[in-house]
Parts: sequence; structure tokens; C-alpha cells
Amino acid sequence: MELLLFNAFNGLIQGVFYALMALGLALILSLNSVINMAHGGFLVIGAYLAYTLTPYLGFWGALIAGPLLAGAIGLVVERVVIRPVYKRVDPIYSLLLTFGLALIIEDMTRTIWGPQGLPLEVPDVINSPVSDVYFFITGYRLFVIGITAAAAIGLYLLLRYTLLGIRIRAGTRDLETTAALGVNIYQLRALNFGLGCIFAGLAGVLASGVLGLTPPMGNSLIMPSFVAIIIGGVGSLFGAVCGGLIIGLAAGITTTYYPAASEAVIYLMMLIVLVVRPRGLFGEEGLFE
Amino acid sequence: MTRLAGIAVLWIALIALPWWLPLIGGYTALGSKVLIYAIATMGLNLVLGFTGGLSFGQAAYFGLGAYGAGMTLKYLAPSTPLALLIGTLAGGLAATLLGPLVMRRRGIYFAMITIAIGQLFYFVMVRWNEVTGGEDGLAGFARQDIHLGPLVIPIASSGSAFYYLVLACFTVAVALLWMILQSPLGHTFVAIRENRRRVEFLGIRVERYVWAAFAIAGFITAFAGALNALLFNFTSPQDLHWILSGNFVIMIVLGGMRSFFGPLIGVIIFVVAQDYLSSVTGNWMTFIGMIFVLIVLLFPRGVLGIFNRRAEAL
Repeated sequence: MELLLFNAFNGLIQGVFYALMALGLALILSLNSVINMAHGGFLVIGAYLAYTLTPYLGFWGALIAGPLLAGAIGLVVERVVIRPVYKRVDPIYSLLLTFGLALIIEDMTRTIWGPQGLPLEVPDVINSPVSDVYFFITGYRLFVIGITAAAAIGLYLLLRYTLLGIRIRAGTRDLETTAALGVNIYQLRALNFGLGCIFAGLAGVLASGVLGLTPPMGNSLIMPSFVAIIIGGVGSLFGAVCGGLIIGLAAGITTTYYPAASEAVIYLMMLIVLVVRPRGLFGEEGLFE
Repeated sequence: MTRLAGIAVLWIALIALPWWLPLIGGYTALGSKVLIYAIATMGLNLVLGFTGGLSFGQAAYFGLGAYGAGMTLKYLAPSTPLALLIGTLAGGLAATLLGPLVMRRRGIYFAMITIAIGQLFYFVMVRWNEVTGGEDGLAGFARQDIHLGPLVIPIASSGSAFYYLVLACFTVAVALLWMILQSPLGHTFVAIRENRRRVEFLGIRVERYVWAAFAIAGFITAFAGALNALLFNFTSPQDLHWILSGNFVIMIVLGGMRSFFGPLIGVIIFVVAQDYLSSVTGNWMTFIGMIFVLIVLLFPRGVLGIFNRRAEAL
């Protein structure tokens, strides 16, 4: 029973990272119509920049600076290479473009910071176990869950109540009409892309406190995030979060009973969802069909 | 007529390859690899370029073909034809079974689902250690000579003999794909790419045709994967990783995805570039990534698209 709890909790933490990744991916997917294969790259950028800045800013400063820098780099990348391909109707180009970026970022990370794993030091204040029995529930893990919940609620408030959020939602519905109403959609999509990258960066910093830093960490987190979106339903941010948590939990629970299947199980779940409910748990009917 | 002449020149060059390739610094196995990847990408292009379905997880079927062939030789029987057959069936049937899940999707969503499905097989091969060799890959098998009555084709020991087997397979695959594209089936594929809704209104069940294209592409890619396992007498999870899927797609775009032989051109450029880059720099991944970015930004029509805008019309 304790083993099950242990693995389920580990899975939940993993699921939190999937959910954060999936949120950013889903934002970019719905407004920019781009599957951002480089999303794992932005995660790695956020994580490694936070690692480098920790000696100067401390953990708390790096926790804020890392994601923001990932977002800023996202803005630049969007402006320089992604904007030119919006006008191409075939999605193959944006897919290949971001795919190339993913390879470049992973390789550059390896060159700059080295191929071996690095640890991200977490302050002792939040790193001690909160209970002797459930040693695996460290303060840091609760902190990760808290920050993620705060970020998700923040995103909800942003989309619901601010002008930028309303424009993003409008653009997701109908980009042409939004443009016709006088919104600068190029700027809008750039900001949205940056916003998505901030979420990737945040996932990176938080994940490196648990898993440590390695150059391929982003590219190994991106596939489950796709699955999270497919299970949760394309077009639904809430679905992306739920999808991420569900597959994380499922993988954790499977680890208890049949460790070898812990990765495969999330893809099997995806197949089942695709058969039983093709639009995903919270997806809109008819989207992309 | 010029087309026939071009094809004749191409095949003469391919037949003579074991003689001229070493002269310019290549080796015969590189030629075999190019032809194997050409089979895979031309098969994939049936979905990608001709039916308009963005299949981004094709390496899964390539890898299943490779593991099917390798495991047949290792555990079942030392027979090359049987290995090729079982490999092709393994990947092809997987694509056929999964086809209904993807056939209704379009555009980005089609791409996302095909990528994610591909990862299922990746993790099965990585984690099913005792049978597949896990992360280290499947080794401990070797391709066997082919016996045709009294005639023995020594592909086990001779790289050139194996190259000619690959060339024969390539010829068969090319002829098959050409026949499909000339048939009403192939014309329907192209019509779906051009205007899916209109084809639907004509009363044609578009989904079934997308399924058919996906399944055929699966069989052909798996066949290539089986040959690839025989080429190296080895296969690893990298053969079904999504990176390889992406490489297949960029090879096709590089050559020109609207043209029949485009993928072959793309494969030649990409495989040679990769082979060269990985021998001179540790950062070859960055260079490959830059090739992706530059092709998308500067040459979206591919090499053949630059020289021949009529290629669009095919």
C-alpha cells in the first residue's frame, strides 16, 4: 500500500510536469496552429538558465528568471523563424521547422553545459520531508504542485479577464475576424508563443529540482505532453492539464505492478481514448476531424 | 521519352554503383542504406505527398519491420526471405490496424496522433528487454545466403551481393508504387490531397482511402526496415524513434514531396550529409537541425521543385 502511494505520488509529480508542458503546447497549438516540437527545447533552456543564474539570484530569483528568459527567447525565435511560415497552409513546414530547432537546442545545450547530468540545488526550507512515514512527500514536491496550480489559475485569470486573454481566445476561435477588428494578430501570436514558452521554462525549472538537468530532458517530456493533449482533448486547456495529471498517475500506478509497462501504458490509454472518445475527454467535437 | 531516358540512366548508375562509389570516397553499404531509406520514404510519400496525410510517426513501422526481421532470424529460422516477409507483415499489419484511428484526422492532428502512436512501439522495444535487447538493441543475428534451387546468392558474406538484393527490392517497390499511382486508386489519393471535401461529395469514402494509403505505406516502410536490419545485422530502438520519423519527412521535403522520385534525391543528400557531418563534427545534430530550418525557410518545394516546377503537376 505504501509502495503504491509512493509510486502514485511520484506519478502525480511527473504528471504535473506533463500538464505544464501540455498547457504551453496547447496554447501555441490553438492560436499559432503550430505543433511546437521545440517545446522541450524551451523547457531545457529555462532549466539550464535557472541553473546558471542560481549562484547570482538564488533559487527564488532563478525560479522567476528562468521561465521569463525562456519566454523571451521564445519571442525572438518566433519573430525570426516561425513567423515566416504562418502563411504556409500545409502544417508540415512549422512541424519540420520546430523539429529542427529541437535538435539544435538539445545539441547546443550539450555543447554549452556538457552531456552529464547536473543537479539544481533546492533550498533546505522547502526540501525536507513533511512526514516521517511518507518520506517521499517532500516540501519541494508540494511546492511544485502549488506553483503549478498557481500558474494554471493565473493563466485562467489572464485568459478570462485581461484584454490580451480575450484577444487570444478570440483569435483561437476566428483569427481572420479578430484581425479584421483591428487586433495586431502578429503581435498577438508572438505574445502567445512567448507565453507558451514561459510555461515550458517553468516546467523545466521545477522538473530539474526533482529529476536533475540533462540535455535530452525536454525531448523526453514532450511526447507524453502530446498524449496529455490528445487524451484531454485538442482545444481544451483544462483538458490538457487533466490529461497530464491522468497519464502521470497512470504511469506511477503501473510502476507498482508492472514497471516495464510504465511508459507504454500512457500510449495505450491514448489508443483507448481515441477509440472510445476520439475528441478526447474535454475536446470539442469536429475540431481537426 | 526524356523521362524514360532519365530512369534508364538512373538504373545504370545504380547497377554500376559498387564500382564507382568507392572511387569517390563512399562505400557499398552507404549505397544500400540510401536505397533502403529511399524505399521507406517513397512509401511514406504515398501518404505524405500524394494523399496529403501528415504522417509523422513512420519510423514505428520501419522499426517494427527491422525487429520483425531480426527476431525471425534470431529466434525462428535462419532464412532471409522469411525474415523479410515477417518483418514486412509486422509493420504493415500494425499500420493497417492503427489506420482507423488516424484516418479521420486532418492536418496537425493527424501528425500529432501518428507521432504519439509511434512512441508506443518505441517503449515496447526498449522495455521488453529479454527479447528485444532493450536500449542496447537487438544483435546476435545475421542475414543468410539465399538459395534459389541450385543457385546460391551469397548475401551473407558479400556486401555487393546484398546491395543487388536491395536494388532488386527497390526496383520492385518503385514499380509497385508507380502502378498504384497510375491506377484509379492512386488518382483518388491525389484527388483527396487536392480537395478532400469535393471527393467526399462525389460519394467516395475518403476515410477508407486514407486508411488504404496509410496501410500500403506501412507495409512498404516495414519492408525497408526489414532490409535495414539485414544490412547492419543489428537494429536498435533508434530505428523506431520519432527523430527518425522526422528525418524521413525532411528527406521527402528536401527532395520534393510532390514528385515521384523526389524522396530518392532527398535521401541521397541527407544520408550523405549525415554520414559526412557525423565523421567531421561532434555537433552534427546542430547541422542537421539547421538543414531542417533552412529547407523550410528557403526551399520549401525541395530540390526537384526548384528545377522543375512542373513536378507540382504530377
